[in-house]
Amino acid sequence: MIRVAWLVARKDLAIEARSRVLLWQVLPFGALSLLLSGLALGPNDAGKSTSAPGLFYLVTLFTALLMIHRASELEHTSGTRESVATLGLDPAGVFLGKTLALTLELWVTGIVLLAGSVLILHTALIGTVHALPSVLVTLGAMGAAGTMYGALTAGVDGPATLLPILTLPAFAPLLVAGERSFSAALHGGALWEWWVIVVVALVGYLAVGVLLYGVLEES
Amino acid sequence: MTDVAVRLENAVVMQHDFPLLSGVDFVAPVGSLSVLTGANGAGKTSLLRLLGGLVPLASGQGTVVGLSLNGDDRRALRRRVGWLGHEGSFYRDLTVRENLVFAARALERPLEDIAPALERVGLSARTNTLTKSLSAGQRRRLGLAWLLVRRPELWLLDEPYASLDDEGRRFLDDLLADVLAAGATVVLSAHDPLRSAALVPQTYRLAGGRIVESS
Repeated sequence: MIRVAWLVARKDLAIEARSRVLLWQVLPFGALSLLLSGLALGPNDAGKSTSAPGLFYLVTLFTALLMIHRASELEHTSGTRESVATLGLDPAGVFLGKTLALTLELWVTGIVLLAGSVLILHTALIGTVHALPSVLVTLGAMGAAGTMYGALTAGVDGPATLLPILTLPAFAPLLVAGERSFSAALHGGALWEWWVIVVVALVGYLAVGVLLYGVLEES
Repeated sequence: MTDVAVRLENAVVMQHDFPLLSGVDFVAPVGSLSVLTGANGAGKTSLLRLLGGLVPLASGQGTVVGLSLNGDDRRALRRRVGWLGHEGSFYRDLTVRENLVFAARALERPLEDIAPALERVGLSARTNTLTKSLSAGQRRRLGLAWLLVRRPELWLLDEPYASLDDEGRRFLDDLLADVLAAGATVVLSAHDPLRSAALVPQTYRLAGGRIVESS
């Protein structure tokens, strides 16, 4: 399983490095969305700062949906699905590999958007740095859930529009917990209960994915 | 039984409520070449997909390379068959070699097999070319190299001759002759009869999800 996971992750990352969709399309989209969010709130720095965690996660959600759709699309282009299916790869390994690659891409995006939050939304640098660990774990959970839902929607009509509808309920607790922990890192307050939610979600999505990814692919 | 690569008895494949195959009997001995012909929608690709474990058997009996199609573990079957579709079957943003390395590593085949496979299909000069930059004919050759690296027991080729020029057809004929001589079994779909005198296939004509004629 680990061998397959590593193989699939390396393949997905190699494709991303070659195509540069993340660099030239997803990151500029995220940065522009963050900029527009800041402009929509107006010039009051303090107001922007209190809204920043929510805006950060909202923009992260948009970019994550793009990346999840793309990650699942790689496996479902015409002909590729059959050729790769006849390799008989362990589905749990495929799930872990795709989750790993997607999570690494989400981390890159998250770090860029956090930097954007400091520059555009004027969040405190120290507080933003303190929020980084919880952001990374939240994005890991989104990567695991997103990989599952990407496989679920890949074989149906209109996957790009169906994906957000299906993933938003799964992402909602992650977004709430992530936003609360980011706010706590910026403005003070209890962090650990939000950490518990995100870590439990991460472990849960990984476990469900390992067990069910093969079924989702077959469906 | 060991000299039979494929045996189907009254095989039915359903898509929702529509029968893609409606009672197919089919036998392919090990090392044989079977050609499936028929109009579009006759069931050629569905039969190939069934043999590749890509769709489930709704009813009937079937064994492929000694594995039952009635079992739950289609993944074990898939590892022993090779599929070549009539469209590009690879990761477009990987190079020719990277695609083959991925396939070889997935099946734990030696990477040393890649260079001879590329040489055999005439793609040695395109090793580091992105797959999306290849022509349709070159992608077909890459698909064949992928199968050469994999060395499956059963080759399933969906319209491999489509859009090939005469030189391409001769190349494919020669390759199939070598594959058959090495003991593999080949089942392919085609719109036209094979032209090569070196290949002696069993030909099946499908219509409406059934085999209506064999020769």
